[in-house]
Amino acid sequence: MSQGNNTAVHGRKTLVQRIGGQKIIVFLVVVVLFAFFSMMSENFRKTSTIIQILDFSYYITLMSIGVTFPLITGGVDLSIGTGMICYALAGGYLFTKLNDPTNPNAMLALVAAGVALAFGILIGLLNGVLVSRMDLPPFLATLCTCMMTRGLGSLVANNSGVTWPGMQGEGFRGIFRILIPHEGGRPTIFPLGIVWILLLVILMEFVLKKTKVGRYTIAIGSNKEAAILSGINVKFYHMMAYVISGFFAGLAAVAYSAIIPTVQPGTGAGFELEAIGGAIIGGVSATGGSGSIIGSFLGVFVICLLKTGLPFIGLQANWQQIITGLVLIGAVMVDIVKARYKKP
Amino acid sequence: MGEIILEMKQIDKSFPGVHALDHVDFAVRKGEVHALMGENGAGKSTLMKVLTGIYSKDSGSIVYEGREVAFHNPREAQEAGVVIVHQELNMVGHLTVAQNIFIGREFKKGVGIDDKRMNEEAAKLFERLRIHIDPTETMSKLTVGKQQMCEIAKAISHDAKVIVFDEPSAALTETEIEELFKIIRDLREQGLGIVYISHRMDEIKVITDRVTVMRDGCYVGTLITEECTKDDIINMMVGRVIYEDPKAKSRVAPDAPVVLKVEHLNAGKMVQDVSFELRKGEILGFSGLMGAGRTETARAIFGADEKESGEVFVNGKKVDIRTPQDAVKCGIGYLSEDRKRFGIVVQKTIAENSTMASLKRFMKGPFIDKRQERTATQAYVDSLATKTPSVDQLVVNLSGGNQQKVVIAKWLIRNCDILIFDEPTRGIDVGAKNEIYKLMNRLVEEGKSIIMISSEMTEILRMSDRILVMCEGKKTGEIAIEEASQEAIMNMATREIQV
Repeated sequence: MSQGNNTAVHGRKTLVQRIGGQKIIVFLVVVVLFAFFSMMSENFRKTSTIIQILDFSYYITLMSIGVTFPLITGGVDLSIGTGMICYALAGGYLFTKLNDPTNPNAMLALVAAGVALAFGILIGLLNGVLVSRMDLPPFLATLCTCMMTRGLGSLVANNSGVTWPGMQGEGFRGIFRILIPHEGGRPTIFPLGIVWILLLVILMEFVLKKTKVGRYTIAIGSNKEAAILSGINVKFYHMMAYVISGFFAGLAAVAYSAIIPTVQPGTGAGFELEAIGGAIIGGVSATGGSGSIIGSFLGVFVICLLKTGLPFIGLQANWQQIITGLVLIGAVMVDIVKARYKKP
Repeated sequence: MGEIILEMKQIDKSFPGVHALDHVDFAVRKGEVHALMGENGAGKSTLMKVLTGIYSKDSGSIVYEGREVAFHNPREAQEAGVVIVHQELNMVGHLTVAQNIFIGREFKKGVGIDDKRMNEEAAKLFERLRIHIDPTETMSKLTVGKQQMCEIAKAISHDAKVIVFDEPSAALTETEIEELFKIIRDLREQGLGIVYISHRMDEIKVITDRVTVMRDGCYVGTLITEECTKDDIINMMVGRVIYEDPKAKSRVAPDAPVVLKVEHLNAGKMVQDVSFELRKGEILGFSGLMGAGRTETARAIFGADEKESGEVFVNGKKVDIRTPQDAVKCGIGYLSEDRKRFGIVVQKTIAENSTMASLKRFMKGPFIDKRQERTATQAYVDSLATKTPSVDQLVVNLSGGNQQKVVIAKWLIRNCDILIFDEPTRGIDVGAKNEIYKLMNRLVEEGKSIIMISSEMTEILRMSDRILVMCEGKKTGEIAIEEASQEAIMNMATREIQV
């Protein structure tokens, strides 16, 4: 039989196989895109542009880390975009109500962040229950919560924009960027946020690959029936995928509020697509069962680079969306071709 | 054979409208391989599902290792040492071999999972089974046979004392079956009780010590394999003597025109240089082992899979079939082995299914003429003797045999003269099988031509006018029914396999 001399039986996997081919490709795409835009535009090369790209990548990356879990189960979470805005509004509104401008209290910012996270977990729990217990299709369940969070956010904030603390100083922003003062010049900005993001990416990659939650997430997406028959509490772990997604949408809300001066009600729709798109570009299988956090992180950067870079070479935002769409098709095609190639 | 390790007594189970198990007795001893046999629907699977807690029993008792037990789910049964190796393998394709074996009870190191230790433990298991599989390999990359070995390893890792094999050989090659038997014998040596569910009579004789036969949810009897003949078992299974004599000779006139001619067909590894002719009024049997490339050949001819090279002639005219649509235009109909996936739309009515391939004929302007659709379907329901109260019945409510008739009607309405039957009686019980056979014979008498892919030797010998044998993607022989014997066919079917 042909598989008798299969190298896989004895051979060690190469480094490329270990890391996963697609991740390396996506990393190269990020490098190439960056080099391309830097070459084409003098303005793109500036530190301030890079800081700007990073600032706007944080919340998309956080959403993308979270949504990778439902995606790997073979589902999706559409509620993270409007959800993020909803949580940001809820946290921010609480802050402005409790804050006494004459006597600012730094602790209140923490309370506001806590509220955003709790809100995210709650909506994630609702998604998880709808999908795992009520057997609603994930697309439908999260579309409903997407609409609900959109309305809920506006309701909580009374239809007006909300500003989070510390916008005037760098206080709250300091979580994501540190100013290093210089004698007689403008201070250098150190993008501290990317450190947090990298730590979270590594942590969640570990969770996905080396803990039960992660492994069962993969198992559910790959063969749910087998997971059930193996005695795994599939309902619980299926739900957890959505809770993780909600929690990270909550984290994204904090990051968003730190970057965007005023959170506007009624916005947020569309962000989830950038996060999902990033994950898919990063190698999450469109049919579930495989994917990685590092990949999703890199995929988001492809989208963020296109978004920021294309205007620098004279293409409007509309082009960015068309090109992002094409890149997505390419990523999904890679997945399909790979699956076809794998078939014996 | 040792003492009794598992005894099921007077097990009774009813589903709405069906008395699935009627006070069934079944016992397994240590160190024996015990076959559980019966037609489809006899209650074997239900009995095993009651054993492992997937179903709860209505009455009766299960005594395991001297104590009465009632498992509430497969996991409890597993932990106690009663494990099923399922027919459809329950593997998570994206995880590695070791991760699959220890799923649900991973070793931990701190907060994480200790994959290294899992790999080591899996390697030890494979050593014990004397098979070579890399524990770090991704499951989906293994062959079905290897995947099954992993399931067995998983069962053993649970410290199983009773292992139930549910039709384990269905998807295996001859070599893999031999390997499986070696493992089963080893396990028997080690004193495990083994339940072996299979339809393959020859395997039962080779591997089992005792045979328990069930029929219509009842216990019929238990025989010692060595002391009984194949006919004894079959008689117990069907409750009547059935005659499955091979066809004596071909009824096709030697000068009957060739309706389908395939020359040097190539399509991937599974179809290499296949050539044959099909005559008018002929049933051409496609024999071979699982994975011989018969279905792939049919699919390539039908345009469902891509052809690399080769020519197809219909009624002497060269045709270029690239899609199933082209094939249907040429009058070729394909009845898939997997009816539910490719043959019928179960949530639609018989009428809607029957006319699906020829809707054009039933259009009145932009609308479907429901009345004409129903009359045409009714005609075929009558002539094929499909058992249904009306053509408006949903196909999902029909039995396997009657569903098959709906698929046949679909192609007959489309005026297909060449019909490819892929495993026409799979999942159909004996009574309905005979009806399908009669129907096929009638079809060829009416001048249709049939290619019949079948893995059942008796079916091949009983139905075919001529037999084509494939092995590993190649045609390894062609034999007229007058000269055909099981041995001759088996010989050709295993020609390419190196042991």
